[in-house]
Amino acid sequence: IMSLFGEVPQATPVAVFKVTNDFKEDPNPKKVNLGVGAYRTDEGQPWVLPVVKKVEKIIVADDSLNHEYLPILGLPEFRSSASKIALGEDSPAIQENRVGAVQCLGGTGALKIGAEFLRRWYNGNNNTRTPVYVSAPTWENHNAVFVNAGFEDVRPYKYWDAEKRGLDLSGFLGDLESAPKHSIFVLHACAHNPTGTDPTHVEWMQVAEVMKRRKLFVFFDSAYQGFASGCLDKDAWAVRYFITQGFEMFCAQSFSKNFGLYNERVGNLTIVARDPDNLKRVLSQMEKIVRVTWSNPPSQGARLVAVTLNNPELFSEWKDNVKTMADRVLSMRASLRAKLEALETPGTWDHITQQIGMFSFTGLNPNQVEYLIKEKSIYLMASGRINMCGLTTKNIDYVAESIHESVVNVQ
Amino acid sequence: MALLKSKKVISSIGTFSTSLGAVSTRNSSWWAGVQMGPPDPILGVTEAFKRDTNPKKMNLGVGAYRDDQGKPFVLDCVRKAEALISSKQLDKEYLAIGGLGDFTKSCAQLALGADSEVLKSGRNITVQTISGTGSLRIGANFLSRFHSASRDVYLPTPSWGNHTPIFRDAGMQLKAYRYYDPSTCGFDFKGTLDDISKMPERSVILLHACAHNPTGVDPKPEQWKEIADLVKKRDLLVFFDMAYQGFASGDIDRDAWAVRHFIEQGHNIVLSQSFAKNMGLYGERVGGLTLVCKDAEEAKRVESQLKILIRPIYSNPPMNGARIAATILNTTELYNIWLEEVHCMANRIIKMREQLAANLKSEGSTHNWEHVTDQIGMFCFTGLKPDQVERLTKEFSVYMTKDGRISMAGVTSGNVGYLAHGIHAVTK
Repeated sequence: IMSLFGEVPQATPVAVFKVTNDFKEDPNPKKVNLGVGAYRTDEGQPWVLPVVKKVEKIIVADDSLNHEYLPILGLPEFRSSASKIALGEDSPAIQENRVGAVQCLGGTGALKIGAEFLRRWYNGNNNTRTPVYVSAPTWENHNAVFVNAGFEDVRPYKYWDAEKRGLDLSGFLGDLESAPKHSIFVLHACAHNPTGTDPTHVEWMQVAEVMKRRKLFVFFDSAYQGFASGCLDKDAWAVRYFITQGFEMFCAQSFSKNFGLYNERVGNLTIVARDPDNLKRVLSQMEKIVRVTWSNPPSQGARLVAVTLNNPELFSEWKDNVKTMADRVLSMRASLRAKLEALETPGTWDHITQQIGMFSFTGLNPNQVEYLIKEKSIYLMASGRINMCGLTTKNIDYVAESIHESVVNVQ
Repeated sequence: MALLKSKKVISSIGTFSTSLGAVSTRNSSWWAGVQMGPPDPILGVTEAFKRDTNPKKMNLGVGAYRDDQGKPFVLDCVRKAEALISSKQLDKEYLAIGGLGDFTKSCAQLALGADSEVLKSGRNITVQTISGTGSLRIGANFLSRFHSASRDVYLPTPSWGNHTPIFRDAGMQLKAYRYYDPSTCGFDFKGTLDDISKMPERSVILLHACAHNPTGVDPKPEQWKEIADLVKKRDLLVFFDMAYQGFASGDIDRDAWAVRHFIEQGHNIVLSQSFAKNMGLYGERVGGLTLVCKDAEEAKRVESQLKILIRPIYSNPPMNGARIAATILNTTELYNIWLEEVHCMANRIIKMREQLAANLKSEGSTHNWEHVTDQIGMFCFTGLKPDQVERLTKEFSVYMTKDGRISMAGVTSGNVGYLAHGIHAVTK
């Protein structure tokens, strides 16, 4: 009998996971994985945050806890405390009861639910032709999230200036000016992935001005709060500024990196509406979307985060853990730049320390990237993006020398 | 400035249709046109129950198991698995898109049987999903994208309320086949066969593997055999939803009999599994989606496409529940404890059915309540009409869904008498 799936083609694997896969299979003892964005210690090991270990013990020991279903929108104490992290404890929007949230499966899940809602209810009903703008470049899954939610027109907005290795502000502002009204813009709240290049405060203000005037929709992606500067409030500046400007907006939050809870899928879609009534109706429709996607979210990770955020001591400990991670990244940035400059590697390398967060857009071209992978067993993305967390005091010399070689020998 | 020039260009570009008046005023909301969504019929019952102050109130709405004290039940094997896992101090690195390997392997084995030819030849692909809902959704998305032969999914009448919106949202068309016979509160076997015989070839037929939700009415093995034959003749794609393996009869192999029979008969099925009920892992969201393919090569292709579907929804699944389930399934001692506990849960339900039927008789009810003990699994389709349900809720604070479905899991030896009294009162 003919198989029903006889025509199903083999799909190409997701690039970032393939990099890690290839790394795993490489027998070279000097190999380095600078691919997927997960934090590593100076021993090159995953790091379960000490505060997380502590809270896990608390949870395991608590006999009053069970595994019952969470509400559709998630654990209430998680949702509210997570939104507070993004917006600030004393956010006027929260005080005005016009902030709500949906607990989702990681940052991806938050983007997904937000995208599904926008496709159904924004700019008309089921207006799949509303343009969605994502930065050029951006996290490679942004495109797929919005396309799969039904949007037919996902476009890039100018962002990265390869020449000067920085923000293409005039290009960005130009695209904001020429975008059709009501277009949706996905903004990286901080620590832009993959470039590590964030707008300055003044630049954000310019962006906000155009977006307000042209009635563009603000959809923040906040996957690295705390990771950029080491300070939660500093990293949330852009999100909070936009709120002072009166925007109704979405903010997809991930706790994968800043809590190290990658595989527990802890995310939060924060919704800022004009008033409580609009918020209520929005949340009721979010429930419908969640119900046909995963019914209700997983409880373990949300519980961990909620317990931590709602306990002053644990909250303080968490902030310290976040700073530990951010500081290590900053020291690796400083170190890599210093070594490349000492080697007199052709080109300028200040972008390594100017860029912020987990990633650096090295500026290496695809041939140089291939050289690093094939000849040096140093694994990075084809775009030249490296995960700073993959660098350690033990491998940084090898990496710096290899980058030097690739730049000198490979055009 | 260049920006001024571009403004002129914009005004001549056709703007996208905005049926909202919202954009015209400064202080209006983007969401002015968003309607209030209706409350979920099943979960809404629990909300109403919570608000009720009557000390005798009963929540027979959502299907979550309760012990004889009416309390949520955390299985002992789960607690033991959690302690084991805790001692291992594992990291929290992302799972693969398809989930935890230890879990997906044992999940497939549980459903198909350890000696399944499908497993031996590697012609299944099993991915970890966000419980049963997530599994159905990914399955529906896969069919929508790759099952070009038909858009039609046939659901039994009635079916779980969430089946319809899931398949519809995935782009499939919903159709129905007769299943439940209200006149007997039993299985409409003839109606089912009749309707299957008329289904267009290559349509998708959804079957509840055991413990049909909401009716509790399952086909007998002989009836399953006939259904399997007819489905093969019609060349239909079979989608099994198995959310209660172990919960129906108390025996996991018995409950998987229909699934295994269909596979033996050559059906390459799609199968959704949930561990919400049988392991009490509700909120951890543990489930599996299996596609039985022609061969291992096809399974690889299908797997690659499932990953493409999963990635833009939630990237990769949550670890905690899958790790617990895998530990139980792969540790002999824990597995045996689990089998016993599932057996106990199923038995308590069976006992409550017997007590309810007995109590109704002693209340003096002249109706035929055999269906209460004939039906199987967590739910009982009482046969109560909406107005009777309403009275039961208003006068006795017994909460259930309008279709007359009660969750037997909410019945205890302490309240079964009260329930019988109430049912008798509204039906005499």
